[in-house]
Amino acid sequence: MRQSFAVGVGGAAGQGVATPGDIFAKIFSRRGLHLNAYNAYQSIIRGGHTFLTIRTGPDKISNMGDRIDLLIPLNQDTMDRHLGLLSAGGACLYNADLIQPGTPAAGVQMCPIPVSKLADISKNKVAQNTLAIGAALSMMGVGFPALESVLAEQFRKKEQKVIDENVGLARAGYDYATQNFKPFEWPLPMTETRYAVLSGNAALAMGGAAAGVKFYSAYPMSPSTGVLHWMAEHARKAEIMVRQVEDEIGVINMAIGAAHAGVRAMCATSGGGFALMSEGLGLAAQAEIPIVVIDCQRAGPSTGVPTKTEQGDLWQMLGAAFGDYPRVIAAPLDIGDCFKLIPEIFNIADRFQCPGIVLCDLLLSEGRLSVDPKELDFHPVIDRGELITSNGSGDHETYKRYKITESGVSPRAIPGVPGHTHTVSSDEHDEDGVLISDEYTNTVKRRAMMEKRMRKMDGIAAMVPLPQLQGPANADVTLIGWGSTYGVIDEACELLREEGVSANHLPIRWLVPLHGDAILDLLKGARHTIIVENNYSGQFARYLRSETSFVPKGHIRKYDGEPFMPHHIVEAVRDQLAGKTKLSVPAHEVMV
Amino acid sequence: MATTDVVAPKAMVMADFKGKVDPDWCPGCGDFGVLAAVQKALVELQIPKHEVATISGIGCSSNFPGFIDTYGMHTLHGRSLAVATGMKLANHAMTVLVTGGDGDGFGIGGNHFMHTMRRNVDLLYLVMDNQIYGLTTGQTSPTSRVGMKTKSMPYGNIEAPVNPISLALAAGATFVARGFSADQKHLVELIKRGIEHKGFSFIDVFSPCVTYNHDNTFQWFRPRVKKLEDNPEYDPTDWGAAMEKSLLWGDEIPIGRFFERTDVPTLHGAEPVLNAGPLVKQDNRIPPDIAKSFIAELM
Repeated sequence: MRQSFAVGVGGAAGQGVATPGDIFAKIFSRRGLHLNAYNAYQSIIRGGHTFLTIRTGPDKISNMGDRIDLLIPLNQDTMDRHLGLLSAGGACLYNADLIQPGTPAAGVQMCPIPVSKLADISKNKVAQNTLAIGAALSMMGVGFPALESVLAEQFRKKEQKVIDENVGLARAGYDYATQNFKPFEWPLPMTETRYAVLSGNAALAMGGAAAGVKFYSAYPMSPSTGVLHWMAEHARKAEIMVRQVEDEIGVINMAIGAAHAGVRAMCATSGGGFALMSEGLGLAAQAEIPIVVIDCQRAGPSTGVPTKTEQGDLWQMLGAAFGDYPRVIAAPLDIGDCFKLIPEIFNIADRFQCPGIVLCDLLLSEGRLSVDPKELDFHPVIDRGELITSNGSGDHETYKRYKITESGVSPRAIPGVPGHTHTVSSDEHDEDGVLISDEYTNTVKRRAMMEKRMRKMDGIAAMVPLPQLQGPANADVTLIGWGSTYGVIDEACELLREEGVSANHLPIRWLVPLHGDAILDLLKGARHTIIVENNYSGQFARYLRSETSFVPKGHIRKYDGEPFMPHHIVEAVRDQLAGKTKLSVPAHEVMV
Repeated sequence: MATTDVVAPKAMVMADFKGKVDPDWCPGCGDFGVLAAVQKALVELQIPKHEVATISGIGCSSNFPGFIDTYGMHTLHGRSLAVATGMKLANHAMTVLVTGGDGDGFGIGGNHFMHTMRRNVDLLYLVMDNQIYGLTTGQTSPTSRVGMKTKSMPYGNIEAPVNPISLALAAGATFVARGFSADQKHLVELIKRGIEHKGFSFIDVFSPCVTYNHDNTFQWFRPRVKKLEDNPEYDPTDWGAAMEKSLLWGDEIPIGRFFERTDVPTLHGAEPVLNAGPLVKQDNRIPPDIAKSFIAELM
């Protein structure tokens, strides 16, 4: 089993759950530890319940895991809901003045902090949080100076008095725990590596900056808003034009205008906003203007559950806008991949002058992961495709924007270049951009233009890498997933192998074009195939069947708003191998 | 991006702006007059055609970009202003003209109309207002008068029309005018002034539909339109006076420049990212020290 340690911090929105989360994340990453953080929250600004899980360890932490080692409830509600997550060896740190301890499992250490004795609570309302952080780090075997420097950073915008007060509180909590509580059996290790910690949304935005995006437009929508926030905050340094637009229809059309002018343009939204963008996506395809649209999926339909995760938008992407047109759709496998994927998909969109869709979800968008900073490459390959940016000597054939070519790609002159004026159009058009919709049904031209555009799919397929099977060959079970389930399936496979079930994993990153033949080839010898996905109807399973006729032996699906935990998959695989069921829908046992 | 462009220094003439195909509007359509006026204005201003972007939505009048030789974009119904804003922000060296009809601009595109005005995007928006849906064969439009009988309201329109001029004034447009397709000379002057205005210029042009609108015909407009320019006391910098004039409709319908102000920064002018020049000419690589600082924030 991977060595890991998980802290759970819970409270009402507005109680300051985020700050301890940030502090723990910094301390873990600076010890050279990996981490994964996931915040379960509600669509409310004050009140309600929010529960943050931060899991750390020396090896890559690909998901939130199955258990909590340390629980810090900031209110009674959290104590009542989550104490059951702790098992022998775990501990619970709580404010003894305000919170009644529940009944823990055997071997769980209950650690009451006498907050009013250690702090002047009339002056500092979040004193309990800082005391608990100090106490927690003492029990984890982390030296105090590490916390002191992180606190100074955390409160750097406040006056020195505030910093001193918080350092004093943390010290009091630290010392109290050293004297009164038993430290954890597994002190946090230290490595020489240093990691960057970032959210999927920041990774998508930074990936855009690295890809040379010069225009970013958006309308706020959870869980995609973090992309807009990163872009807006860094726009001037990165020299990116960032616009908040009146609606998602405006967002995509503005991006198309900028892209046509010759810059890389990107936008992000969630399922509802994407629905408004559909018509624009068709315009980008028909006028052959490259753009990249990110969909950070949340539980739907309609307003759905704005703060919960789902992989429920696949068929919306497959069918977005009417008519047939070339498109490319990819789902990042983890937060680091959110960064890496953007330059890759832009190169395809630019080369083939078509829309690119990135299918992310709340789990990655709002989760946080430690990433080796070397993986955040700000100088990736940038391939703008066949772009005409100069008139050259001035002598050339009459320019045809939609010239029929073998590859289906016609060189694209950007507005402003002399000698290349033309009209691009959402109407069907001839090679020179003249509308054919106004002619008496010109079947020959229509067919030629349709085939020219669709020929691009062959070129795109050649650029998209083949999927790879991970883990041992000839496994007892093969788990197939797509996008954000990568990390949790990977750990589930490891846990299965530990209990003697050999398991391998086929993660799908490129959804369109789908290398169907390669997938069939990989699955040819598989003994027991199960498709794992975060939606009700098995959207990927249905898509795979429609493309390849492949039908797996079983399915594991979850559509309750929360992501999979490794044991959900492990238990379902056990059931399915024992022939108990072909469709497992794990219950999310923790009320969050 | 480096340009080694060779531009022949010759004067632009009307023929330079002639599109690849001739307009397929109905004979006598008001839009012919608008097209000719735009071409004339561009010739008089001597703007090279490759520096002009003509962007439209969908509808009879939105076929405009195909009939004029510039960098044209024939976009989606109602979305021309959003596309044009992106185009202008990515390359503000271009002169951006947006053309369309009343259904495209005030109906399906109403939201973008309002927001493009308040942003003061530097472009000229020409609406060929015929108070009817033409390309869909004659339905009520947002500017159709109360009582007008159409295929979609055969017993007469019961909805009040929008007043594009008042709407534009209220939304903060910095240049607001109305033209009449049959008054070429006047329209050319308005278009020239609208192109030269730094900010959002709106010209609502009466462009009668000779096929489907039997109420608001050339004959109906001719005796009614009165030029604001003929009144020496009219002050187009007075917003209140413009609003008052915008409400006139009936025996006297004012045309001309209702309002203009030049003290509001354009959207591209207010954006510091464009200090380094048009976006499309800027480097698209993040400098290594900046990239390093982005990563340092995460450590």
